[in-house]
Amino acid sequence: MRRGPSWFNVTSVALGFAFLYLPILLLVIYSFNESKLVTVWTGFSTRWYSALLSDQAMLDAAWITLRVAFLSATIATLIGTLAAITLVRFGRFLGRTLFSGMIYAPLVMPDVITGLSLLLLFVSLDLDRGFWTVILAHVTLTMCFVAVVVQSRLVTFDRSLEEAALDLGAPPVKTFFLITLPLILPGVIAGWMLAFTLSLDDLVIASFTTGPGATTLPMKIFSQVKFGVTPEVNAISTILIAVVAVGVIAASLVTKRREVERQKAERLALQG
Amino acid sequence: MAASNMTASDAKPGRLRWLVVAIPMIWLLIFFLIPFFNVLKISFSNRARAMPPYKPVLDDLASLFDKIQQFTTANYWQLVSDAKYWQSYVSSVQIALVSTVLILLVAYPIAYGMARAPRRWRTTLVMLVILPFWTSFLIRVYAWIGILSDEGLLNQLLMHLGIIDQPLRILTTYWAVYIGIVYSYLPFMVLPLYATLEKLDETLLEAAEDLGCPPGQAFWKITFPLSLPGVIAGCFLVFIPITGEFVIPDLLGGSGTMMIGKTLWYEFFNNRNWPLASAVAVVLLLILVVPIVIFQNQQQKQAEKSR
Repeated sequence: MRRGPSWFNVTSVALGFAFLYLPILLLVIYSFNESKLVTVWTGFSTRWYSALLSDQAMLDAAWITLRVAFLSATIATLIGTLAAITLVRFGRFLGRTLFSGMIYAPLVMPDVITGLSLLLLFVSLDLDRGFWTVILAHVTLTMCFVAVVVQSRLVTFDRSLEEAALDLGAPPVKTFFLITLPLILPGVIAGWMLAFTLSLDDLVIASFTTGPGATTLPMKIFSQVKFGVTPEVNAISTILIAVVAVGVIAASLVTKRREVERQKAERLALQG
Repeated sequence: MAASNMTASDAKPGRLRWLVVAIPMIWLLIFFLIPFFNVLKISFSNRARAMPPYKPVLDDLASLFDKIQQFTTANYWQLVSDAKYWQSYVSSVQIALVSTVLILLVAYPIAYGMARAPRRWRTTLVMLVILPFWTSFLIRVYAWIGILSDEGLLNQLLMHLGIIDQPLRILTTYWAVYIGIVYSYLPFMVLPLYATLEKLDETLLEAAEDLGCPPGQAFWKITFPLSLPGVIAGCFLVFIPITGEFVIPDLLGGSGTMMIGKTLWYEFFNNRNWPLASAVAVVLLLILVVPIVIFQNQQQKQAEKSR
């Protein structure tokens, strides 16, 4: 766009970002508050972080949540990538409308419906509810997000590279692992990260599908919040925000650098 | 395009190709589609004080005749006759509609400003919108409790400035629910809007300006119509999940606000009435099925266009 931003544009973006970030910022600041009352500032302290470290139930919940998120994101990435390939490469086939419908519907489906229907399925199948049922539920939800993210990478992908490999006699599976996968890898990684954070974040579906002994961190936070705002919840929230922020920023910097290097290599190849 | 699709897919060995489709397809059939029929089945069953707390229906074909007598529509009658339920539906749809409009009004200037920003800043700006979207939903809703409560930061600020002398009751009212919803769903609207506005051909606006069209009119005649795909995508993306929202009305709305997601949750976890909760879910799904189908078609069209 040639015309620069007007004062109106600058103000609306600035106000918008202030609105998005101020609540998070306040939450982080008050996690260092000495007082037990969250909204009255009495002085800087890290006591709530040390309280957190000695809260075994909270630590257990965090460990379960991380394992659930890691396993479900990994399975979801495998299945979601297959789904994306199906959507982009397989053209029309019997059941395609059903297939893409089942990919897009979970993106907007209210959590309470997904959670309830999965729980009733697990009960009907007589599965023991707990760690693994939460993973099954999270895979179902997050694979659809992975499929959409990988799909957007696949459509912008230069098919001629794949065709060249096939023409030169590479078997399709080898072509996939040598050419296609490295090129769509940023999308696959972004999909995994999205699946991981969605699983880390989920309260509703986990509450429905879990069983005794598998309380996840959001469930633990939720039950604490129901008793009232506590500085300890602020502390754990701050840690979660920091982990996600560092992860997302690092990933975007890496992709950006790789993109720059790739462009440089392409330019060199063209000149040479 | 179709031709090149054929060559690549022909080259794949048949069995592998079949597996690529079958794994996600079977997974979604088992864990997404079939469970809905199960919910439908249970919504017609009687409540039982056992584990699971419902009487099975249609499990065994041999005793079908006996079982058919247990088949009941009582749960649905309760949804119609008890004002608590239908009022929850009405209030959810109403809240979802109003907040979708509010989100659009807040998001549009932000997305527009982002699309106008110098090119080298845009990636960073998009990054800044995505970042809160990646941080925990629950935590972002929780953050508002400390701001909106009676002795919260907003009331402290307003009293300090002398604007009010009694704390305003915001938390546990619909105001808090609206603030929470607009805040949480804002990135879902900004991103699709930005995607369409960023691609907008600036020369169209220049042409309009050269031909003497005032900027305000040019916006409504050119920019807004061209951004409609983003507007529609964003509206569906926020409207559907807001209708079934649980966390925001529960944490910010208190006991005084009604939304159907909350009703379903309490019916399930507190009253342990699974058949009634299932009926609530079935009706909610019926309300949302039209918007969901429109959303699916739109996504599919979008995916096909970008190919």
